[in-house]
Amino acid sequence: MSLRLEPREHAPLGLRLLVSLLAGAIALLFVAIPVMAAGANPCEAYVLMAQGAFGSMFALSETLNRATPLILTGLAATVAFRARLWNIGAEGQLYMGALAAVLVGSGFLQLPGPIMIPAIMLAGFLAGGLMMVVPTMLKQRFGADEVVITLLLNFVVILFIQMLIEGPLKDPLSMGWPQSVPLLAEAKFDKLVPRLRTHWGLIIGLVSALLLWLMVKKTVLGFEIKAVGENKPAARFAGIPVDATMLKVALISGGLAGLAGVGEVAGVKGYLSADLSPGFGYSGIVVAMLAGLSPIGSVLAAIFIAAVFVGADSMSRATGISNYLADLVVALSLLCVLVGSFFLRFRLAPANPKVEA
Amino acid sequence: MTSHTPLLSLTDITKRFGTLIANNAISLDLHQGEILALLGENGAGKTTLMNILFGHYVQDEGTVRVAAGGDVMTTLPPGSPGAALAAGIGMVHQHFTLAENLSGLDNIRLGTEPLLSFGRRHAARAKVEKIITESGLDVDLDRRVDGLTVGEKQRVEILKALYRDARVLILDEPTAVLTPQEAEGLFAVLRRLAANGLGVIFISHKLGEVLAVSHRIMVLRAGEQAGELVTAQADRRAIADLMVGKAVAEVTRTPGARGRALVEFQSVSLGKPGHRAALHGVSFDLRAGEVVGLAGVSGNGQSAIAALISGLAVPDSGTMRLYGDPVTRADPRRLVAAGVARMPEDRQHDGVVGTMSVADNIAIEEVRSPGFSRYGFIDAKAIRARATAAIAAYDVRCPGPDAEARLLSGGNVQKLILARVLERAPRVILANQPTRGLDIGAQAEVHRRIIAARDRGAAVLVISEDLDELFALSDRFLVIHAGEITDAGPAETLDRATVGLLMAGQTHTPETLAS
Repeated sequence: MSLRLEPREHAPLGLRLLVSLLAGAIALLFVAIPVMAAGANPCEAYVLMAQGAFGSMFALSETLNRATPLILTGLAATVAFRARLWNIGAEGQLYMGALAAVLVGSGFLQLPGPIMIPAIMLAGFLAGGLMMVVPTMLKQRFGADEVVITLLLNFVVILFIQMLIEGPLKDPLSMGWPQSVPLLAEAKFDKLVPRLRTHWGLIIGLVSALLLWLMVKKTVLGFEIKAVGENKPAARFAGIPVDATMLKVALISGGLAGLAGVGEVAGVKGYLSADLSPGFGYSGIVVAMLAGLSPIGSVLAAIFIAAVFVGADSMSRATGISNYLADLVVALSLLCVLVGSFFLRFRLAPANPKVEA
Repeated sequence: MTSHTPLLSLTDITKRFGTLIANNAISLDLHQGEILALLGENGAGKTTLMNILFGHYVQDEGTVRVAAGGDVMTTLPPGSPGAALAAGIGMVHQHFTLAENLSGLDNIRLGTEPLLSFGRRHAARAKVEKIITESGLDVDLDRRVDGLTVGEKQRVEILKALYRDARVLILDEPTAVLTPQEAEGLFAVLRRLAANGLGVIFISHKLGEVLAVSHRIMVLRAGEQAGELVTAQADRRAIADLMVGKAVAEVTRTPGARGRALVEFQSVSLGKPGHRAALHGVSFDLRAGEVVGLAGVSGNGQSAIAALISGLAVPDSGTMRLYGDPVTRADPRRLVAAGVARMPEDRQHDGVVGTMSVADNIAIEEVRSPGFSRYGFIDAKAIRARATAAIAAYDVRCPGPDAEARLLSGGNVQKLILARVLERAPRVILANQPTRGLDIGAQAEVHRRIIAARDRGAAVLVISEDLDELFALSDRFLVIHAGEITDAGPAETLDRATVGLLMAGQTHTPETLAS
């Protein structure tokens, strides 16, 4: 009996959850092959990974610490992709957010803590947002492709940051390391638990997810973003200001990525360097896709991806298998979820049901 | 003319989509040399039935059988377009499936031959030319399809089916895209094909053409077989009642009380000067309590007028006034708030967001107004309540206010738009192609609503390519040609011929022409 595809009228929540979970599980199954090739037992390797990610307070803290920027870059991709604005530039926006935080928070302004922290967050949000607003305006004015512009801007931004931390922003006390002047103590995020690295950025990420969920579900802006994303001509005809709505989306999307950068500087490193992000911006796209563009789902997906990275590091130390495995898991789960999203739109039905002649 | 065994036999076909029964135990036979019309309103199940026959859908119950020589009939495996093609069933869809950048001949051959087929082109051409001579389907085979007219493209589609040795030809709403002259040509071809032994199934919701071309009529209504009759003995009125299941009230228009001008165009120009679809200094007004019909061949500036009244554009020069005040900003929201109701020309494309709910689509124009939102937050309850009431009042057939709008048929999308724009008791109404693609039941409903709004004192502009519709609705005619408007005067003083001449750009009346 052969099978055929039929379009679905709608995909229930349970099915969408199942697709995301299966995508992660199948990615882990595939990665078992190279693990075996490296001479290790995949079951043991995954148990070690799970222990490395969740096995202790320290492990859990490291995972959540890693998840913090991923939540925000995941939300950045979520809000943009919902409006069919393809923001591939979260990495650059993250760095610009981090740069703005350093510019405002490293002594150029003298502010008390309760004002300083909102100030660097606002600066980071605006800097990241601007990095997405400009490409969106170019798209509206000249029809320039935002995928190409935002993707390539990532490299431009990194070079710009390198120039700054080798030059005007270089920390004179860094013994020659390419890093910026540090943030003032007032500008740094507090840790959530003493002696563990998880910081207030996590709370910012969770609150952002809640706010974004609220915006998507309950607000006029969310309504308008959906209309613009799903059918621009109809939105325009109905009187929704299409260009203005897209610019709001761009500001929010870039801004969230910028906040991720603020969190990394103010919560983890304390200064800006060119290795601030190991691709958090790009992984945010995977987070958003794994979550099916759901803001709340993005939190869970970010924790999953973070756990894979943190767990792989720990497993690597124990078994000697390269921690590049984590990249493999993340890449494969993206591919699996793309395949899975196909099954959210179509169902498999038997092509030749038995029919009485 | 007909042999004993049918060419094609459908028995007790049932198809359900969720709780909706699209086809309920439908049976039909098609004989050689016969033109069978499948008549029904939008959503009656005509297209579903044909998609089952062609293998695009799998039926839940019932069988499709085709003649296999002699008196033998074989069962067609469900869900296999390949098997349907092999059995000699050819289908011409409403939306053509041609490769625009290939010639007519290559489109006809496409899919029937292996990739490397040296020297077969000649044989193919000979076969197609033979079919053309036999059928009268005249087409330039060497011209690229994108250079063909709609009528010619349709002929290529039919040739494509015949080239594959179709014994049964299915045409889905074939005249929807044709001019009256082209439709006549198509009917002549179909009669000739039937005379040569082909069986034809003709899907339509237009009574007139069904009576003109078919031998036998099967009427579907809401998925049920409502009746089957021989065309020669059929009565127009009786068929119409069969289709809609109740007597259709014709719209009766009584002259209205003409009030003050609500919309005024004063030497309005918009678009590239000299371009046919641009406006060149047009002046007219729309008055309260009056339906103005804008007649014209499509692409002569109607879209520009619609864009102006919809608030999507402002004049390049000249003035458009609403209630006496010039409109200086392209802002649909302000026009909506000022009481302008707008029905878009392409209702599926511009009228609804398919993936949003029926309720959201009803609220979409006014989502920022206090009735539907507060402090930037959506009042989902109010939106839903309004939708529930509108669905009942405007008879929008849908699973409920939360159903996605893409699941609605064309007629129901138009009812949804009516519910959206008329519920506010608008003062100005733009009805752009208000009934294009709608069945007679839905058409009458839309017309009734438009006349009712006029009687309430609204100024109405109807843009339509259907002269019958314009004559049924309009108090006064404007005719547009190459971006210029002629006021043709009250409808009572006009006939189709006069309007037709004005549409063709002839500014003289027939009398002055004759002299």
